[in-house]
Amino acid sequence: MWSFSNISDNIHDWLSANFNATWTLIIEMVIAGTLVIGLFAMLGLILVIMERKVSAWMQIRLGPNRVGPKGMLQSMADTIKLMVKEGMTPNGADKIMFNLAPFVAMIVAMLLLAPIAFAENFQLWDLNIGVLYITAVSSIMVISILMAGWASNNKYSLLGAMRSGAQIVSYELSAGLSILAIIVLTGSLQVSEIIESQRNGWWLFKGHIPAIIAFVIFIIAVTAETNRAPFDLAEAESELTAGFHTEYSGMKFALFFLAEYVNVFIVCGLGATIFLGGWMPLHIGNWTGFNNAMDYIPSSLWFFGKTFFLIFVIMWFRWSFPRLRIDQLLNLEWKYLLPISMVNLLLVTLMAIMGWHF
Amino acid sequence: MGAASLIVLIIAAIAFSGIAILISKFVLKPTTNKQKGEPYECGIPTQGKTWIQLNVGYYLFALIFLIFDVELVFLYPWAVVAKSAGWIALIEIVIFFFILFMGFLYAHKKGALKWM
Repeated sequence: MWSFSNISDNIHDWLSANFNATWTLIIEMVIAGTLVIGLFAMLGLILVIMERKVSAWMQIRLGPNRVGPKGMLQSMADTIKLMVKEGMTPNGADKIMFNLAPFVAMIVAMLLLAPIAFAENFQLWDLNIGVLYITAVSSIMVISILMAGWASNNKYSLLGAMRSGAQIVSYELSAGLSILAIIVLTGSLQVSEIIESQRNGWWLFKGHIPAIIAFVIFIIAVTAETNRAPFDLAEAESELTAGFHTEYSGMKFALFFLAEYVNVFIVCGLGATIFLGGWMPLHIGNWTGFNNAMDYIPSSLWFFGKTFFLIFVIMWFRWSFPRLRIDQLLNLEWKYLLPISMVNLLLVTLMAIMGWHF
Repeated sequence: MGAASLIVLIIAAIAFSGIAILISKFVLKPTTNKQKGEPYECGIPTQGKTWIQLNVGYYLFALIFLIFDVELVFLYPWAVVAKSAGWIALIEIVIFFFILFMGFLYAHKKGALKWM
């Protein structure tokens, strides 16, 4: 079979046959680094054009249609434009923090890629606490936002950063609790084991109603955590210009933008892994013919398909709901989502102990 | 690939952002004028200091978050063994959530969850 894991195994075998262990590791590290950078750049380009095309489609207009076939090269042109813009530092800013913040955002976004399983047996680091790692590292994101907002010497930035801080830390709780609901069922934090436990059906279907509640809460929470509309208070254009990145321009702004989109991809990838079975194909009970047909679709396509579907759902939210006020936002989390997800966790535990799930 | 991948990812992130910023530094011709470095506040000159005191509400939420986040970290090892531990896990978590919920109600009663 022609799959990612085969290719990587072949490369590994060839390298270890021709070089000694140290050089094999170094060459593999270089290859992995190049691939990850390539994935980053591709994700940025694809998600930006996807966002604009989806918004255009939702609002019954054409969207970008001048650059390249059907406007598909628009984000490429935008990147070039951003590259020739001056990335300036405002006068009163804290220069070190101001310039460090985009790097922190990028490092966090990049580190989050490590435990994501892109295809069958194709994963950078299958560590045994993969899910905990993702939740832990993704909360560092708020530091880069606070750094950017504080260092900019701009009131809009400061307000945006503070709002974003309150929002991200609040919604982390219900995101974590809804992930825990599935961890109770799988009994493992390792990404590969979570996927393996869904061989006979995805948790969204196997876990009955509690899993569906957890999934809905998870999607709401990650939408808020990645600062996407309707929770985009941190960069509410109509009130705060651009929120925490008001003062950023050129490539520094582009890095924030890219980090944000990659974060959306990663949380959707995590959602797809935990609730929708990662790279597992869709199997229905004992429909052998259907199941075999589904097995022919490569595992990477399944993963990216599910992830992009979730990204589409999050983009859909943006054009369906008006922006919340900060007190409404915090009420939603603390008075509704958090108690619901706590009760839901109890329900899931009861279900797991009684063996009511499939 | 193991833990080495983290080093790769950090280096890749720094290289990617560094190269992108460096390229843009080389390509453009920087210009200067008097107003360019001023903070952008929709064209109106900045009034007073920027680093001001903010509403205490943000910090209250941060404090409550801290409590709940520590609770969440406690729940991770519990969740891994919950299924195999059986009923005792459920009873323990009900007690744990009860105490936590009492604290939550207290914070609610004190008005920590109310904005302004």
